[in-house]
Amino acid sequence: MNFEEHAAKPLLAAQGIAVPRGELAQTPDEAATIAARIGPVVIKAQVPAGKRGKAGGIRLAASPEEARSHARAIIGMAIAGHRVDTVLVEETVPIERELYAAVLNEPSSKGPLVMFSTAGGMDVEEVAASAPERLKRRPIDIRRGFSRADAGVLVQDAGIGAAEGAVADVVARLYQAYRAYDAELLEINPLALTRDGRVLALDCKFVMDDCGIVRHPDIARTGTPEKLTGLEARAKAAGLKYIDLDGNVGVLANGAGLTMTTMDMVRHHGGRPANFLEIGGEAYTQARPALEMLLSKPGIRSLVVNFCGAFARTDVMSQGVIEAIEALKPRLPIFFSVHGTGDEEAIRLLKDRLGVTPLPTMDEACKAAVGAAR
Amino acid sequence: MIVRAADRVLVMGITGKQGTFWTERMQAYGTRVVGGTNPQKAGATHCNVPVFATARDAMGGTAFDVAVLFIPPLMVKEAALDAIEAGAKGLVVLTEHIPVQDVMCFVAAARERSIWILGPNTAGAVTPGECFAGFMPAFNERIFRKGSIGVISRSGSLGVLFCLNVVQAGYGESAFLGIGGDPIIGTTTREALTALDRFPGTEAIVMVGEIGGSMEEEAADYARTMSKPVIAFIAGGAAPEGKKMGHAGAIVMGNKGSYASKRSALEAAGVTVLDTPSAVGAALKVRLGH
Repeated sequence: MNFEEHAAKPLLAAQGIAVPRGELAQTPDEAATIAARIGPVVIKAQVPAGKRGKAGGIRLAASPEEARSHARAIIGMAIAGHRVDTVLVEETVPIERELYAAVLNEPSSKGPLVMFSTAGGMDVEEVAASAPERLKRRPIDIRRGFSRADAGVLVQDAGIGAAEGAVADVVARLYQAYRAYDAELLEINPLALTRDGRVLALDCKFVMDDCGIVRHPDIARTGTPEKLTGLEARAKAAGLKYIDLDGNVGVLANGAGLTMTTMDMVRHHGGRPANFLEIGGEAYTQARPALEMLLSKPGIRSLVVNFCGAFARTDVMSQGVIEAIEALKPRLPIFFSVHGTGDEEAIRLLKDRLGVTPLPTMDEACKAAVGAAR
Repeated sequence: MIVRAADRVLVMGITGKQGTFWTERMQAYGTRVVGGTNPQKAGATHCNVPVFATARDAMGGTAFDVAVLFIPPLMVKEAALDAIEAGAKGLVVLTEHIPVQDVMCFVAAARERSIWILGPNTAGAVTPGECFAGFMPAFNERIFRKGSIGVISRSGSLGVLFCLNVVQAGYGESAFLGIGGDPIIGTTTREALTALDRFPGTEAIVMVGEIGGSMEEEAADYARTMSKPVIAFIAGGAAPEGKKMGHAGAIVMGNKGSYASKRSALEAAGVTVLDTPSAVGAALKVRLGH
């Protein structure tokens, strides 16, 4: 789950990391009122996307009038496909130097990775490519953690002088925040050293591990809900994994890998998949609502039902599919491929109740569905 | 991480619906299940084996080699650490949706003691003709038959499809390793490839990957050094960027984790990359010459 800047910064503050004073505004008038209270401000578009500055979504305002006019320009803008509904109105700070700090999950070391760089304000991937010597990477044993002393070692030799202790403190607290909030990514970019001697997180990117949300229900309420289509929202509420695509061959399969492969085979045979829909894992008993939902999608011309049972029993899934078909009596052609746990019973059920025989391979089922959609 | 007939298996969460269903199938296939756990039912007998409160108790009571976990997501960390501290040789973690930082904790603890972990979010491992651990249809002879092809898959369902195609082409499997669809897993593709490369009786390896992460690229570095042929398939070529495709690990961000990146790394390492799963039989014939 992504968090916008205004939702992420209070979480840093709660862990003792200083952030600029600021408030959220939904209208130009609110922005002006806040600016009148704070003084010179920066108006920042709140969207779950990077590169807001380049898109014109971050502007300096010296006066409340300027704050109002910038807010008017920014609210309603589209940045990376997201409409700007709110702006963060924040005090401007006299920046002396911009640093970078992050903690993230790293699959190759199978643990957390702390990163620190003196090239703040830049995209970290650019720094990694153009000046790798300026990016420090420290894989962490999560059981041991990352102490204030470890942070001190990481930032020494960075040439940040008197601020070194305060910066090490921020990096250690950032790791604490990563642990406290089940983060998969927590990034401060830039981390500013100011001319008046402060160390401030000027921006923050926070992604919470979706599997950790259950442990932080209150914090998760301040996150940005995923942007879903009507069907995607309906599927999510029903506990199904569904993604709308723009093709006309519907796909129902079990397991993420098999579902992706079914889409790939539709594409391979010259067709366009209409969706991703898997009923694997515990959801394998949900074949009926899944298929009923998929059949309500406009523009589907044919359907592939592809089951390979391991944990998911193909007889139980086929039973659900049969119930959905008997209830809705769809006119579109449906092609089956059924293998694995429970397949003999599944094939018998499909034959007895629907009078259909699955094709011998998923390749043939996908090819037939592509042909029928033409 | 290849489970053998002699391995003594502890089923953690044995009394639940799925624990019971799959324990019965493992026993029927030949897996040496020696006990189970459920903290509320210690002292009972279930599926004809004793139930213990913890893995540590089980180790004292019956001794075991491999723990198979049928445990809900938020309780896995504690159960896995229990099995590790009890002295298990390996763990099969089937559960999906475990918080990633929990996974890191028990993976680090296992690594310290050289204990292998398959998963999380795996369907398990099968050694045809010997035993299986997890929820794979090992007992289905059209899918699993003793042979010389090692199969690695991040996905259980897609693993089943490849094993089916391997058997249909007249081959059998030396071992199947389900490594799991999560972004952080105990055994990576490269580590599974190494284990199968060293497993006697394995002539060739079929590696079933997915978009997302960089495990296939890392495995390609090892494949380059192998003399046994490697055949790969990467699922998710038709998936849109920036969307999690069912598995938490299957997401493409920019060029990272993309189909093209994986395919070119594997091909450069001499791996045969398949366009369709049904092409696996023909590719094995070409690479093995029989």
